[in-house]
This record gives sequence, C-alpha cells and structure tokens, in this order.
Amino acid sequence: MADDLFNSFMNGPDEKGRFGDFGGRFVSETLMPLILSLQEEYDRAKTDPTFWAEMDDLWEHYVGRPSPLYYAERLTQHLGGAKIYMKRDELNHTGAHKINNVLGQILLARRMGKKRIIAETGAGQHGVATATVCAKFGLQCVVYMGKHDVERQAPNVFRMRLLGAEVIPVTSGRGTLKDAMNDALRDWVTNVADTFYCIGTVAGPHPYPAMVRDFQSIIGKEVRTQLATQEGEGRLPDTVIAAIGGGSNAMGLFYPFLDDPTVNIIGVEAGGKGVDEKMEHCASLTGGRPGVLHGNRTYLLQDDDGQILEGFSISAGLDYPGIGPEHAWLHDTGRAQYVSITDKEALEAFQLCCAMEGIIPALEPSHALAHVAKIAPDLPADHIIVMNMCGRGDKDVQTVANFLGFDMSDTEGRKAD
Amino acid sequence: MTRIDDKFATLRAEGRKAFVAYIMAGDPDYDRSLEIMKGLPGAGVDVIELGMPFTDPMADGPTIQLAGQRALAGGQTLQKTLDMVTEFRKGDTETPIVLMGYYNPIYSRGVDTFLADATKAGIDGLIVVDLPPEEDDELCIPAARAGINFIRLATPTTDDKRLPKVLENTSGFVYYVSITGITGAAEAQADTVAPEVARIKSQTDLPVIVGFGIKSPDTAQAIAGVADGCVVGSAIVSEIASGKPVAQILDIVRGLAEGAHRA
Ligand SMILES: Cc1ncc(COP(=O)(O)O)c(C=O)c1O
Repeated sequence: MADDLFNSFMNGPDEKGRFGDFGGRFVSETLMPLILSLQEEYDRAKTDPTFWAEMDDLWEHYVGRPSPLYYAERLTQHLGGAKIYMKRDELNHTGAHKINNVLGQILLARRMGKKRIIAETGAGQHGVATATVCAKFGLQCVVYMGKHDVERQAPNVFRMRLLGAEVIPVTSGRGTLKDAMNDALRDWVTNVADTFYCIGTVAGPHPYPAMVRDFQSIIGKEVRTQLATQEGEGRLPDTVIAAIGGGSNAMGLFYPFLDDPTVNIIGVEAGGKGVDEKMEHCASLTGGRPGVLHGNRTYLLQDDDGQILEGFSISAGLDYPGIGPEHAWLHDTGRAQYVSITDKEALEAFQLCCAMEGIIPALEPSHALAHVAKIAPDLPADHIIVMNMCGRGDKDVQTVANFLGFDMSDTEGRKAD
Repeated sequence: MTRIDDKFATLRAEGRKAFVAYIMAGDPDYDRSLEIMKGLPGAGVDVIELGMPFTDPMADGPTIQLAGQRALAGGQTLQKTLDMVTEFRKGDTETPIVLMGYYNPIYSRGVDTFLADATKAGIDGLIVVDLPPEEDDELCIPAARAGINFIRLATPTTDDKRLPKVLENTSGFVYYVSITGITGAAEAQADTVAPEVARIKSQTDLPVIVGFGIKSPDTAQAIAGVADGCVVGSAIVSEIASGKPVAQILDIVRGLAEGAHRA
C-alpha cells in the first residue's frame, strides 16, 4: 500500500479515505450512511461517460470553459524574472473556480433524487455558485454564512438572495467559514432524507476531499494542454502556485502535476497579520498541527488543549483554521511546498495586478500573486510560473477601500481622514 | 466489568430503568459544575454523562453549544475535566461516569496518555460523537483494551445492514439517538422510538438507552418505558444556564429521574 502511494502521488485516498494519516470519516453516526451512499453514487458516476458528458457540456456552455491561460506580459517585465501565466478561472460564470465543483455535486444530487441543497460559504463565492446552479435546476438552496462574512461580503449575499437562495447568517464563534460549516453539518444531520450537502472545498469527510479535487482538476488538466499546445511553449510549467483556504482551487491546479517531478508546487496560505504566536492568521500548515475537525484529520490551528482557534485573514475565502487533508499529506511528504502571505502583501499584489494587467483579482488569488511577486524576480526568464487566478475581485472592492482608507461615496475619490 | 456493567446488572435485578443525566464539565464554572455533579446521584441519577467542552460541537444545538462556550470561557480544559472526576471519586466510587464529547481534545492530548489519565481519574465510558465504527482503530479499540467502555450511538439512519457494524465494538450500553438532528431539538416520541429500540435489542444483549429530545418527566417516563433508560441533557443544561441555585437545579433533576424511574 505505502509503496503504491509513493510510486505515485495520484493514487490517494485509500479505501478509508486517507491520504497517509490524513483525511478519514470523522462524522456522527447519523451522517455515516449518507456519506457512504454519496460515495457509492460518486463511484458510479466517475466511471459513467454520460455523467462526464453532461459535465463537459455544462462546463463549456454554462461556465465558459476552458478558461484562458494568459501570459501576464507587463507583470512579467515589471518583476523582471520568470515568465508569468495566469489561469483565468475568474472569468468563469459567477466569477470563481467554485462553480467547477458545484456542477459536479449538483448533478450527483440530482442522480440521488435530492431536492434540497445546503452549502457553507466564506467569501460567498461557493454560496453564489451553489445558488446559481440550484436556480438553473430548480432546486431549493440554503446557504450558511458566518455573520462576520455576511458583513464583509455583502454584494455576494445579495447575489445569493437574488438567485433565490436562503442565506442564514451564523452567529456562533467569530462568525466565519468554520462556524458556517458547523451549522451546515447541523442542518444536514437534521434533514437527512431530502438534503444534499454541497461542500465548497477539498475538506470534510471522505469522499468530499477526493471528489471536489476531481471536479476542480479540470483547471490543471487545461493548463497542461494549454501550455503544451496553445501557447507554443510545448512543455510543462516549472512552478504552479495557488492560494489556499480549504485548498480546492489549489488541488485543482496541482493534482494533474503531482507525478511530474520537475514541476514545483507551491500553496499559499493566508498569513493575516503575520504567522507568529499571536495566531492572527490562517496558515494551518505553517502555524498549526494535526487534529480532527469537520470530518477529517488535517493540520489545524488549535491551542494546547485541542480547542480550535479562530484564524484571521482579510480574505473571507481563506479565513479557515484547517486545510484539505490531501494538502496536509503533500506537505508532510514534501511533494508540495507551503508558504504564507500577509494581508498587507496580498493588498499590494491586488493593486499591482489592477495596475499592470487590468485585472481586479479577488483577495484570495492576490495571496498567490504576492508570492509570485516575491519569487519571480530571482528566477530565470525561461522559468514558467502558472498561478491560479481563481476569482475576480468585485466582491472585495469595499474591503479593499476600507483597508486603503478610501471612502467609496466620496465623489472626488479622496482618502478618508 | 466496569461500573457501568455493574450498575446495569443491579438495575436489571431490581427491574428499574436507568436515568442518565448530562451536564457540561465546567459550566457555569468549575466549582459549581463539580457541586452539581456531586449532587446528581442523590437526585436519582444512575449514570453521569459529563460533557467535555469543545469549540466546534457539530452535533449539538445552541443550549449545549453555549454551555461549552461558558465552560471554555471559564478556563475549562480536558485536564480540569479529569480533575473534576478525580474530585468526585473521593466521595463516590460507584456512580458510573461517561465522558461525552468530540475527538480532537483527546487526540491532541494523545490517545494513550488520555486513556491512562481517564482510568486513573475513574472514568468508565466514553461517547465520542465524531468517531463512527469506520474509525474504531483511533480510540474505540484502545479504550476497550484499557478497560473503558466505548459507547456507540445508533441513530434512525442506522439501518439493519449497518447495525451489526455499529454494535460490534460497543460496550457498556447502546445510546439510541431518538431523532435525526442535534441535541435539544425536537421532542422524542415513544411510539416511534419503541420499534427502533426493539430492533436494536434483537441484535444485542446490551442495555439500550435513549437520548436527544427528552425535556420533561413525562417524556422521560414514556421513553424509558420503551427502553432500558433515558438520557436528559439540554433540559438540565438550560436550567444551569438560567443561573438557578444548585439545590433548585438538583430538584429539577430529581423530577426527571422520578419520571424515568416511574416507567
Ligand atoms: C476566489 C476564491 N479563491 C479561493 C477560495 C478559497 O477556497 P479554496 O482554497 O478551496 O480554493 C475562495 C473561497 O471562497 C474564493 O472565493
């Protein structure tokens, strides 16, 4: 078993849903039969060509896939080193990578005859994607969102409501993604018969981490062919970089490259105010240790007593004290490298991207971009970096204005005092 | 034989149902919580279920969530919960104590260390909500080896195909969750619970105790009547939350115990 895994990084998880020691099915008995039936359904769908034909059709005509692979020429020149490509998943319908996965899960829900969909959301992008696909298929949609996130991502809350979803602000804890996930699980355990839980990242009990990864892997698969054929590079990237909340856009980009040893893989966690003992960050791998939460074993921000800590990040989508179990395993095996970027660095990269490329990025990929800006100058011109531009920044302009000290209602565009 | 096995043997011999009371360790603070705990056996409680506070109690409703938050805010830790049990055992060596909670604080301490400490403190059983049979190697098997009962939850979604797996490594008693849902939610119904308890009892000789959604002496009586006993949690915890004096809380517990014992 261990030998197989180490011959390939792409065989996980095992039959118990483990990536090495990480992952698993740490849920209450009430949910266990539901998770097993989901796994059965997914196993059937995975090898069913009609399932993938439907996915491909929706990806192309509803989402707008493939998303472009874009050479960021001015940014490359500005940084003066490696050649920088952006995978433009922010151009997807609904503005982020989240819909790649939602489509897969909603098609499964339909196959299982479930009529009520629940989801948790942080930045609201997964909530918007879920509300969107539910509207398209006429399904009831309930989205749990931390109260703090409801406030800082107001445009997305209104979008979800326009799309017919019920948004329930969660007041427990600090009111962020972790708390939203707790309440979504509480809903699921209560409404077992008719409800499908559409998880937005590569976390949760098996089979979610593997299933969400598989749906998001379209990102990395496209990059492989786009770089090899369309861009005239004819080769693999040297480095792939993505931001990590739970880690779904990152797994989607990384997974198809795991067995290509020449490809450097870098995940960027949210460093908040800095990764130190004050723990005002969300860098689970850099500043946490293994534990069990939300159905899986992974690295978690926790205190000495095993109590989960509230993270901190300017980015609601990265504000989560855990990380998908496959990342925990890639970290421990050394296959991927994980770094952190502070709020301040992410904000600088956000502005740089606006100015250099005419792209307003979401705060989440701004973290990935900030790390690109750190390493690109020291790399040779023939070094190819692909970063995942996994979301657009429309939802974040208010947050950025507040941080930079601008009053958006000031007609002269002046900074507030 | 644990204290749990002894207790159920005695109850069976006397033809009585078990009344199990849940309180959160450290709620509203360490001293009052210990005082309440010490008073439970005298109020008619047969088995004490002691909640271990956790920041993210995914199977609990607001009442027990808030109790956990009060306890944590007051500085409760797993060590202090074990200390409480040690203190309690100085005056009571018979009442079985079951710790109930979530896996991470135990995992964080280290399973072997935890089991050694729990044995020393005088803990008899464990209910860990987020450890289904699929994860038995984590804690269930090591606990059994250490002589501590691992009490499993069976739920309305546990069908006949799955039930043997749920019962396989369970010891002490089986905890039947009367509803699909979180603690403190819908009221349990004796007529829907009865056939489920019978179904479980056809596959095991262990006592079957029913919990979730039992709030009054009458419901306690009705539910205990169709099982080997019942558990009351949120209804007691909400009385603790209201700030009532300990004696008054214990009177309410006594009322619930009498309900169960009338069955
Ligand atoms: C644009 C964007 N990127 C990243 C994330 C973080 O999620 P993940 O790490 O699963 O990609 C979010 C989550 O809301 C998001 O909206």
